[in-house]
Amino acid sequence: MSMTITEKILAVHAGRDHVLPGDLIEAKVDMALANDVTAPLAIKVFREIGVERVFDTDKITLVADHFVPNKDIASAEQVKIVREFAGQQGLKNYFEGGQSGIEHVILPEKGLVLPGQLIVGADSHTCTYGALGAFSTGVGSTDLGAVMATGEIWLKVPPTILLRYEGSLQPHVGGKDLILHTIGLLGVEGALYCAMEFAGGVISRLPMHQRFTMSNMAIEAGGKNGIMEPDETTLAYVAERTSLKPDIFRSDPDAQYEKVIDINVDGIKPQVALPHLPSNVRPVSEAGDIPIDQVVIGSCTNGWLEDLRDAASILKGRKISPGLRLIIMPGSPLIYKLAMQEGILETFLDAGAVIGPPSCGPCLGGHMGVLASGERAVSTTNRNFVGRMGHPESEVYLANPFVAAASAVLGKVGGPDEL
Amino acid sequence: MIQGKIWKFGDDIDTDVIIPARYLNVSAEAELAKNCFADIRPDFAGGVSVGDILIAGKNFGCGSSREHAPIAIKAAGIRVIVAESFARIFYRNAFNIGLPLLESMEASRGLSDADGEDAAVDLAAGRIEGRGQVFSARPIPDFMAKLIDAGGLVDYIRKEKIGK
Ligand code: SF4
Repeated sequence: MSMTITEKILAVHAGRDHVLPGDLIEAKVDMALANDVTAPLAIKVFREIGVERVFDTDKITLVADHFVPNKDIASAEQVKIVREFAGQQGLKNYFEGGQSGIEHVILPEKGLVLPGQLIVGADSHTCTYGALGAFSTGVGSTDLGAVMATGEIWLKVPPTILLRYEGSLQPHVGGKDLILHTIGLLGVEGALYCAMEFAGGVISRLPMHQRFTMSNMAIEAGGKNGIMEPDETTLAYVAERTSLKPDIFRSDPDAQYEKVIDINVDGIKPQVALPHLPSNVRPVSEAGDIPIDQVVIGSCTNGWLEDLRDAASILKGRKISPGLRLIIMPGSPLIYKLAMQEGILETFLDAGAVIGPPSCGPCLGGHMGVLASGERAVSTTNRNFVGRMGHPESEVYLANPFVAAASAVLGKVGGPDEL
Repeated sequence: MIQGKIWKFGDDIDTDVIIPARYLNVSAEAELAKNCFADIRPDFAGGVSVGDILIAGKNFGCGSSREHAPIAIKAAGIRVIVAESFARIFYRNAFNIGLPLLESMEASRGLSDADGEDAAVDLAAGRIEGRGQVFSARPIPDFMAKLIDAGGLVDYIRKEKIGK
């Protein structure tokens, strides 16, 4: 019987020939992930379950990225719990300090996640690795604690929504705009409980970092995962990072979909999501006159080297608007270093930016860029909920790195063609 | 039978408003409960009693995977959430920690302005009573009911998987 790529990966990991949407399965996990916010709870659960050792010291990755470098005593205590647990258990992959970066950037970068795998993470943006052709989804801390103990997880097989993108992309339009446009189309619960499968000619031409951006935000439409079939681009990316051989799965031509949505990208202009939902999307040219106080470029959505290059291409030889704060958060130490070698960081500094460490920082209103009441930010991150970046009366506008950089120069929400 | 006061919320209540990230540097339940809905309903944490019922619209619990969200709600005293629909990770997390959820469009809409009024919920029957009316909910899937009976995923695994 025919299956989608999501169904095939789930079937293999449940030791079954076949699964159908709605089936409840117990599946084997290839990689389990948690961070400094979610790991302490998962560790507590692991201890409550009462086993001595984790199921596999190679298949758990713990990353300190949310409130690091530790923003206060309470967060330092949380990270200490995680560090000590990783040490006691002899976990191969624990990242902190100069080894760390944003989890969803460093796992692919270090070749820790591969096509065909089943990955769960106690972080909702674990769906990012769907871009590699893996089944990857966010779970809670209790789930993760149980996975650390048993190596297995209960999952309901989701129905799949197929999204096919055809046409040619306009200048300054990329994965971020495609996914914002899609979330605008579907709404924040349009893909609730569903797998989102991104396909079509446009996707096959997208570079890897933009594919990650799209899969990253599947959760913003309620999706369980956001998957793409692996192709030459995927395999080249993976081969540069690991010698492990990936398992390649593809959807059968006659696979059953809950819905098929065809999207012509010709008319898609740079997008912006206005407060307070990622689905509140329109072309940036129709945003109106919105003065801003801050711009954030980075996060697991757009903290890739290429994103920094895109932003730098706009900021080169320009200054940011007086009084505005531009905060750059590279996704990983490697990206930081390469950006430095390429002179991109100098461009940012000359333009008037603050360059932060590879960390989540302001993305979740944690630290290093929190907004005051009434303040507005354009951000390349993925969420603009009430209070996401600070005060409940602050506002976040989501956009791609070109738009964010242009907005920093303009001092208002605006695109590169207004410069 | 769960009997208590209704706390009514709207659509797309996200985890950032259930428990804002600035309170996530701790994971103690009582601390989380104190800051539950701090930004959108400052009267919640002080006013909620054990056994109260939260009723919401669509997509309750969307956003991050923070389990701190259902933990905060449960620790505050809420014993069941009835909503038109739930975000996926929130749904998992709630059952995993032993906080039952019921999906009922009827109840969500029928009790949309019943904030503060009394209600009763029969989980096994999937029945919600309020305003002298009876609403039905989608039955809780078997596996989820098992989790609730066991007291959550931890106890379920101890019992079923490792025989403790
Ligand atoms: S960068 Fe933002 S969205 Fe990504 S993992 Fe960190 S807090 Fe979450």
